[in-house]
Amino acid sequence: MTAKIVIGLDGTDTGERALAFAKDLAARMDACELIAIYVIEWSPFTFQTAEENAQRHKRREEEIALAKSRIVDPAIAALTDAGFKATGLVRHGDVAETLNRLTVENGASQIIVGRGSSDGFAKRVFGSSTQSLVMHADVPVTVVG
Amino acid sequence: MKNRSTFWLTSAVAAMATSPLAAQEAMGIDEKVNQAFASLTGPFVSLIFAPFPGTSFPWIVMWLVVAATIFTLYFGFVQFRFFKHAIQLVKGDYSDPNDAGEVSHFQALATALSGTVGLGNIAGVAVAVGIGGPGATFWMILAGLLGMASKFTECTLGVKYRNEYEDGTVSGGPMYYISKGFSELGLPGGKILAVVFSIFCILGALGGGNMFQANQAHAQISGIVGDYPGWITGIVFAAVVFAVIVGGIKSIANVTEKVVPFMGILYVGAALIILLVNYDQIGWAFGQIFAGAFTGLGVAGGFVGALIQGFKRAAFSNEAGVGSAAIAHSAVKTKEPITEGFVSLLEPLIDTVVICTMTALVIVISQQLIIDEATGNYMLNEAGTAIATIDGNSGVSLTSAAFASGISWFPYVLAIAVVLFAFSTMISWSYYGLKAWTYLFGEGKTSELAFKVIFCVFIVIGAAASLGPVIDFSDAAIFAMAVVNIFCLYFLMKLVKKELASYAARLESGEIKKYSH
Repeated sequence: MTAKIVIGLDGTDTGERALAFAKDLAARMDACELIAIYVIEWSPFTFQTAEENAQRHKRREEEIALAKSRIVDPAIAALTDAGFKATGLVRHGDVAETLNRLTVENGASQIIVGRGSSDGFAKRVFGSSTQSLVMHADVPVTVVG
Repeated sequence: MKNRSTFWLTSAVAAMATSPLAAQEAMGIDEKVNQAFASLTGPFVSLIFAPFPGTSFPWIVMWLVVAATIFTLYFGFVQFRFFKHAIQLVKGDYSDPNDAGEVSHFQALATALSGTVGLGNIAGVAVAVGIGGPGATFWMILAGLLGMASKFTECTLGVKYRNEYEDGTVSGGPMYYISKGFSELGLPGGKILAVVFSIFCILGALGGGNMFQANQAHAQISGIVGDYPGWITGIVFAAVVFAVIVGGIKSIANVTEKVVPFMGILYVGAALIILLVNYDQIGWAFGQIFAGAFTGLGVAGGFVGALIQGFKRAAFSNEAGVGSAAIAHSAVKTKEPITEGFVSLLEPLIDTVVICTMTALVIVISQQLIIDEATGNYMLNEAGTAIATIDGNSGVSLTSAAFASGISWFPYVLAIAVVLFAFSTMISWSYYGLKAWTYLFGEGKTSELAFKVIFCVFIVIGAAASLGPVIDFSDAAIFAMAVVNIFCLYFLMKLVKKELASYAARLESGEIKKYSH
């Protein structure tokens, strides 16, 4: 049976380290499929102008294309070049919730994420996406520092 | 109209440059603007508010209420049957997680609400209660509840018949559903009616969505810093709106969109505090509202006067049947247009039934309206047109005085709220007006710029004119939109009924599934 591992990308150095760790882990396993996911932070409960709403669909497509070309596709290329079977996904939503949902939906057995940047007032008050994922995930989570 | 407006704007700027004559000359400009405006718009206003022969009842008020009642009955009290479902939709229970990043039901509702919640709830209610007495509140609530069905009908159609362009942007609203819906039903005249609606929508955007806002924002600011010419406020507002809609300075609009909801919550919170402090008078206030609804309690025109004021201001505040909300709601991402109809019916509820009622209760409880001790009826002012108030306040200054009697510093917060509400309503309506404008003249930079400049000029006129002519024109323009929109909705409502039957059956059978619990 092929084990599936989800890698949470965030476009930063720690995301890169998570990717490297996943490669290392996958190399030790017989059959392993890697799923690289980038979640664009987004909430359905924000306030927007009518004009922003009218252009939202277009913006969403642009955001997805940008995340794919800048973050997900290079990660998949790196994994495929190293001989791994890899797929990628870009989604909008709450980072922790979406990563967990996609992991469960794709039948993956664990999630590997970077520690995330921990500065900033909001993160001190509300915690980071990584913290939230560790607390609420349905599968084991490895946090790479 | 455009040339005249430009003339007034130029005159205003010229007057500002010759400051030694300031006060006298500036007031002169305000007066001139007022007179010219009143005489220009008079015939249009008289036509829209013409009473039924032999009565004082304006036909337009009947037009709105009858429509709301017909939609309520035709859709089997949809506003109550699907109320819970509407809340679930807004919470996102039925939203596909894979659609995340698109416009959610909540966002479409919040955007539409930011266009309607505002001065109508603060100043409009004060006008209704000031002229029609507390009884106007009863009719306002009733109109709000019935209006939920009108909103449901137009917003469902707004999403169903919107234009989705290749570049991913959307345009929707009555002009689109009228032309497409009529041709689908094989009815003639859809195109012409859509054009007529668009013309009225542009006037509505310039009136209620612009001049009334500028006018009342000026009243609020001058109430705090002292009297000064209205065109100054107008120029400042016009400059900021210009920066946003022409200059594309999105940050101003973004900040406003984020601050306005909190202002709304703050406003309702303050009203609740005043009501809680005076909890022993709430029963009395409702007593006044019910008694006034059927007797008038001495107001001009008796209970019919109360009814007309209540219905008028409710329609002006929640815009049900006007068609504007259909433009705002049409950007939502959904495979089922009717779901946006359900969501939109919450709008009149929040706007009119909750927020307007709060304002009315605060005004009644604060006892700003003078009661004749001997008869228990309200005393009229010298002209006999409105109820006498303690300091002769009307409109937004009446609401402000009412809140100040409970929380002394609240007028300052209210002033900020009014300015922000006015600003966000202007931004919303500039978009509605622009959509109607581009429907008529096509999309293109020059055409869009022309409308935006006209829109900004009207801000100056609105701030300079006095309340009477502005409010008359604003009402007339917005109600003119409702004349065309509702006429067309009568033909198109069977399309909505088909959608409703199909959706209700699939919801019942479990075919439409919940994504979260």
